Amino acid sequence: MSGVRVLVGTRKGAFVLTSDGKRQRWEVSGPHFAGWEIYHMKGSPADPNRLYASQTSSWFGQLVQRSDDGGTTWEPVGNEFQYDGIPGTHQWYDGTPHPWEFKRVWHLEPSLTDPDTVYAGVEDAAIFRTTDGAKSWHEMPGLRGHGSGPKWQPGAGGMCLHTILLDPKNPARMFIAISAAGAFRSDDGGETWRPINRGLQSQYIPDPDAEVGHCVHRIAMHRSRPDVLFMQKHWDVLRSDDAGDLWREVSGNLPTDFGFVIDVHAHEPETIYVVPIKSDSEHYPPDGKLRVYRSRTGGNEWEPLTKGLPQKDCYVNVLRDAMAIDSMDSCGVYFGTTGGQVYLSPDAGDNWTAIVRDLPAVLSVEVQTLP
Amino acid sequence: MIRVNLPPHLRTLAGVNGEVLLDVDGPVTQRSVLDAVEERFPMLRGTIRDHATKKRRAFVRFFACEEDLSHETPDAPLPDAVASGAEPFHVVGAIAGG
Repeated sequence: MSGVRVLVGTRKGAFVLTSDGKRQRWEVSGPHFAGWEIYHMKGSPADPNRLYASQTSSWFGQLVQRSDDGGTTWEPVGNEFQYDGIPGTHQWYDGTPHPWEFKRVWHLEPSLTDPDTVYAGVEDAAIFRTTDGAKSWHEMPGLRGHGSGPKWQPGAGGMCLHTILLDPKNPARMFIAISAAGAFRSDDGGETWRPINRGLQSQYIPDPDAEVGHCVHRIAMHRSRPDVLFMQKHWDVLRSDDAGDLWREVSGNLPTDFGFVIDVHAHEPETIYVVPIKSDSEHYPPDGKLRVYRSRTGGNEWEPLTKGLPQKDCYVNVLRDAMAIDSMDSCGVYFGTTGGQVYLSPDAGDNWTAIVRDLPAVLSVEVQTLP
Repeated sequence: MIRVNLPPHLRTLAGVNGEVLLDVDGPVTQRSVLDAVEERFPMLRGTIRDHATKKRRAFVRFFACEEDLSHETPDAPLPDAVASGAEPFHVVGAIAGG
């Protein structure tokens, strides 16, 4: 493997960071789309030079950018996201009905096999798909048509569909997660969906183990074991060994089980990473110490990883799409902060260094391991 | 020739510098001018007006001849000075921090 390409979305533009396999010297390209919020960028697994970016602005709305040359040049593509049929209502913060309104694309998930097929998770929560390289987008209405939509409600960041996982072993199976509705699974290519929230406990909703209403922050899987899922919820870290049919808490000895990111080691399916955040109102690391926690046992037993990370006076946040894992032989772990740093550990978390320190607030980090 | 002054982010997106010059068939209105803008620069569709409803986006304003025309109906004639090209039609991003 020749190198890595890190795609960083920030509050004020996109950055592309590239390095060889040693991951010691970096070239920084950007800002692309300066001044715009880049919620997410991701490359196609089927064609690494095909990249997609979600570019958004409160002033000028949603754009989608596409690159066919690994991020050197970009082209604006289709940006029309119309809900299928009459959108209906979800719950507002106070529980009153509120009409579905498109606001932005939070997450772009390219197909594992076709560079022209991409799934988009949007706010207000829905999933869209393009099959023509993002020229046109169409809602997959079965998700909102599940029937629980009127009970969904926004989290503090909005009612966003932020996680899309494609099962590498079963093309008909996909998972999504919504703040604050919960996790859902489709076993028929996205035609129909069902909530997979059994085992979740959320004290901030009237019925703590309700079918929907849970503020899931992130789900992750290892591609070799797609039935094993890991979840960072608003509070609690959980795992499921049966594709989400039942979850159990694995927060264990974490200093706090609130947080946003969760990810899995590229070569060790039981090694997972989280960044504990003090609370849902403070949104910074406990004690001003930025610590990644690693479990080599799939949860419950966690160790702090601190070498190279600030251990005093650090009050940044790490948002839900801002951690990524490369698949080099020595697995690289990356995360970005709201303080503009992008940190890398080239040795699976043992040692950390900042690739860049002074970007705008980081919204998302993805990494491509290049052939 | 109609002169349209786009905000900087949209000029970048459209790949233009300075004012945009457009021919508009028929009455010169917000709708006809913006239709012409979007015809010439398809990447601007959805950035000034909603795709489906064609309503002005909330943080976008329309000014011309030292007047705020944001709340005029889309089919109201624009001032003669805009129609003649003596004055530009300004598309403005509302002033707000961020």
